Amino acid sequence: MALLEVRDLTVVFERKGEQPFTAVDHVSFEVEPGQTVGLVGESGCGKSVTSLAIMGLLPKRGARVSGTVGYEGTNLLSLSDREMRDRRGRDLGMVFQDPLSSLNPVVPIGVQVTEVLERHRDMSRKKAMVEAADLLDKVGIPDPTRRLSEYPHQLSGGMRQRALIAIALACRPRLLIADEPTTALDVTIQAQILALLKELVRDMGTALVMITHDLGVVAGLCDEVNVLYAGRVVEKAERHELFAAPRHPYTHGLLSSIPRLDAPRGQKLSPIKGSVADNIPWDHGCAFAPRCPNALDVCVQVTPAQEDIGGGRLLRCHNPVRPPVVEEVSA
Amino acid sequence: MVTPTRKKDRIDALAASSADFDAGVSLAVSAWRQLRRSPMFLTGAVIIGLFVLVSLLSPWLAPQDPSEPMLIDQVVKARNEIPPIQPGHVLGGDLQGRDFFSRLLVGSQQTLIVGVLATLIGLTGGLTLGTLAGAFGGWVDSAVMRVVDVMLSLPSLLLAFSISALFARPNQYTVIVAVAVVQIPVFARLLRGSMLAQRHSDHVLAATALGVKPGAIVFRHMLPNSLGPVIVQSTLVLATAIIDAAALSFLGLGNPDDRIPEWGQMLGDVQNVFDTHPQLAFWPAGCIIVVALGFTLMGETLREALDPKSRR
Amino acid sequence: MLRYTIRRLIQLVGVVLVLSLLLFAWLRALPGGPVSALLGERATPESREALTKQLGLDQPIFVQYFKFLGRALSGDFGVSTGVQPGDSAMEIFLQRFPATIELSFLAIVIAIAFGIPLGYLAAKRRGGWFDNLSVGGSLIGVAVPVFFLAYVLKDVLSSALGLPTEGRQDAINATRVTGFFVFDGVITQEWDAALNALEHLILPAVALSTIPFAVVFRITRAAVLDVLDEDFVRTAESKGLTAPVIRRRHVLRNAMLPVVTTIGLQTGALLAGAVLTEKVFSFAGVGQALAIGFERRDYPVLLLLIIMATIVYVVVNLLVDLSYAFIDPRIRTR
Repeated sequence: MALLEVRDLTVVFERKGEQPFTAVDHVSFEVEPGQTVGLVGESGCGKSVTSLAIMGLLPKRGARVSGTVGYEGTNLLSLSDREMRDRRGRDLGMVFQDPLSSLNPVVPIGVQVTEVLERHRDMSRKKAMVEAADLLDKVGIPDPTRRLSEYPHQLSGGMRQRALIAIALACRPRLLIADEPTTALDVTIQAQILALLKELVRDMGTALVMITHDLGVVAGLCDEVNVLYAGRVVEKAERHELFAAPRHPYTHGLLSSIPRLDAPRGQKLSPIKGSVADNIPWDHGCAFAPRCPNALDVCVQVTPAQEDIGGGRLLRCHNPVRPPVVEEVSA
Repeated sequence: MVTPTRKKDRIDALAASSADFDAGVSLAVSAWRQLRRSPMFLTGAVIIGLFVLVSLLSPWLAPQDPSEPMLIDQVVKARNEIPPIQPGHVLGGDLQGRDFFSRLLVGSQQTLIVGVLATLIGLTGGLTLGTLAGAFGGWVDSAVMRVVDVMLSLPSLLLAFSISALFARPNQYTVIVAVAVVQIPVFARLLRGSMLAQRHSDHVLAATALGVKPGAIVFRHMLPNSLGPVIVQSTLVLATAIIDAAALSFLGLGNPDDRIPEWGQMLGDVQNVFDTHPQLAFWPAGCIIVVALGFTLMGETLREALDPKSRR
Repeated sequence: MLRYTIRRLIQLVGVVLVLSLLLFAWLRALPGGPVSALLGERATPESREALTKQLGLDQPIFVQYFKFLGRALSGDFGVSTGVQPGDSAMEIFLQRFPATIELSFLAIVIAIAFGIPLGYLAAKRRGGWFDNLSVGGSLIGVAVPVFFLAYVLKDVLSSALGLPTEGRQDAINATRVTGFFVFDGVITQEWDAALNALEHLILPAVALSTIPFAVVFRITRAAVLDVLDEDFVRTAESKGLTAPVIRRRHVLRNAMLPVVTTIGLQTGALLAGAVLTEKVFSFAGVGQALAIGFERRDYPVLLLLIIMATIVYVVVNLLVDLSYAFIDPRIRTR
């Protein structure tokens, strides 16, 4: 059985006097124990809202969440506020994008680690301190005992993100959600943090949902990838297949807008034209159609359905990119 | 309510993009859009609109002459009583036998004058000092700000009391001066802070690089951009000035000549009969509270609308 | 930290020096000059001349200023002409200062005890009826003239509540130790006296607390709204921490920073408000002395009390700034 089973998750934001806005639209995916799954897309495609909905961290007012989020068979969305509080930090951990603003500036790092241990693992403050030092050591923070009494502003950006990872993994949750954990960091630090995450989830057997706009991160980390566009999953595939043969024009566009060292000299990068602001609502056709090089008339008239194209792949497109010939021969 | 900051902003921006989102609307325009729909701002605006209208028209609206002790016979006869409500005098008379309702109406005019003049003087003084300090920096800045700091290190109302105590014979204008002077350092600090922030900003650097004269930079580029907080502060000072003027009257530092009525003075002067004739205090106090509330509502909502950080 | 404190103390000396210069000029600018100011309008020509000589007014102006400064430094501000004629200004100050401290302290305690929890609740229920109601109430609170509210409490509410409205304590034989009546009653175990003094404090303290309360409320609300939007609160939620821990450790501890500054600044409003409130309640504190002093133009007393008010205000704000460094590690460890 899958560890996490998201079915038809839908999040609608409602503000007084404004049109309701559907940020996440019938998103479904599964995460097996120990598996790493990527949620990929541009800013505003709904990937972060999805993660917050799973964690039960969306505002009570203004956000309407429907569908199911199954965690080991329990629908998290049906849990009471209190039951969800018991699970957060214990069964599900989360790492956020900006490590500086995600840590409390006026509370020592040590307390920010121990409070989660005291909460879920019934540890005394003293015992929790020893464990916290151990955790900081494990995420690669040198001189952990001294760091415990320091404040976030005294740590470097990479160290802060390591501390946040230590906090999220303190209670050995079976699922970790990482929301763009490397975006706010320097490139060299990014690689270190990714390597650390990869190592930790492997050692602890934690399943990881990696939320990113960076296909480089996906390539190095994820077993399976869900590509989101305007709140819907447009393509789902195993990592190697996705990179070898992207079928959705959006995925294809994302891949060909990455500079490659092995590309022939003189080949230009092809960015995706336009921006998310050019979307059309899914009800009227394909949201990506206005920016799509493959768009047909049907794309702006009929909403594409999600189809199983074999090999565990899902696709939502009227006119997909044809798979490269080489790939078919070898398959 | 826990809301994700960055993501939420993106969501807001997206949600707005589907509605009537004009990219690049200026702060003033978007502030106005927000204010137009704010019940707090509208309430304040209606109160102040009515207040200004009444004070302008009061000479024609007042049924009686506010300075004429026409009911003095009744006061003298009843001894320490005030003339009751009677035909032609909707609220009765005051301690000098003058028509109370007419005094309240006409009092709005003097109250408005006190508020507006005090704010204008405070603003002009602060504008001059703040512009000097902020625009030139260096020793001008240090010298001006030392004086401002000393003024600010006195509690402001206490400073106003002290200034009015300077005048042997207080009158309408000494009250205005006392209330205005204490606002100068506030405006000066505000202006300086905003100017200082702008001195190193790109648009000022660009203007300097293009060879625009310093004077023109200050007046055409820096001042207009500092106006937001100044307008907000002015609105709030209008309320404070009216309340402070009442406190001066209460301490015997106000205008002793009460032929032309002013609300603060009407309220401050009846302290000795508060227990026997509370209505003489309640009416002017009510007027002051409503008008001060009106200015405060406008000021606070303006502040919120003009603050890019609080637009959520 | 120590260097910062010393620098601020030196600044305080500077402020007091400039203030003394201003006050000296103020005294000179008074109608009739300092002699009339100190002796009153009805003084005989002989006494005028004597004082002119005594004050050294026949000497050059800078000599006069230094003499004035020298006397002031030794605590000699002259003799009261209006508040308690014949008493020295310093005596009046020392005798009345504890009363005003008691009153202001209770007022600020009321303001904090109600302002912070209500501000927090309003922020948590942003846009709800409780929020709208309390924001509206706080806006009205600052629009009401303090002395008018004091009169309403005195003449309308006191009889309903059975609270005293005049003075600091009824004429009971209470032992005086420190001049703080409530405190004296407690340390001498004269509970009746302490309770009686406390009852006398309640109404004036409530009147005095309205503006600080409204301001503390609004700053707390705004600060909590800002903090609730912060990423680290979301992190705390993602850790499954209990609501009280999030409120105390993560929201309030961060929101307190601006609130503490505000409380320091509000001591200024308290000092001025005390002038009005103490007058209404015939409360024998520094504020009442100032009120009578302004009315009767008692310049020696005014001079001293204004300087003292400034020193208190500046020192309180210095203490607040120092405490700020203790609350915020970002300042402390820099």
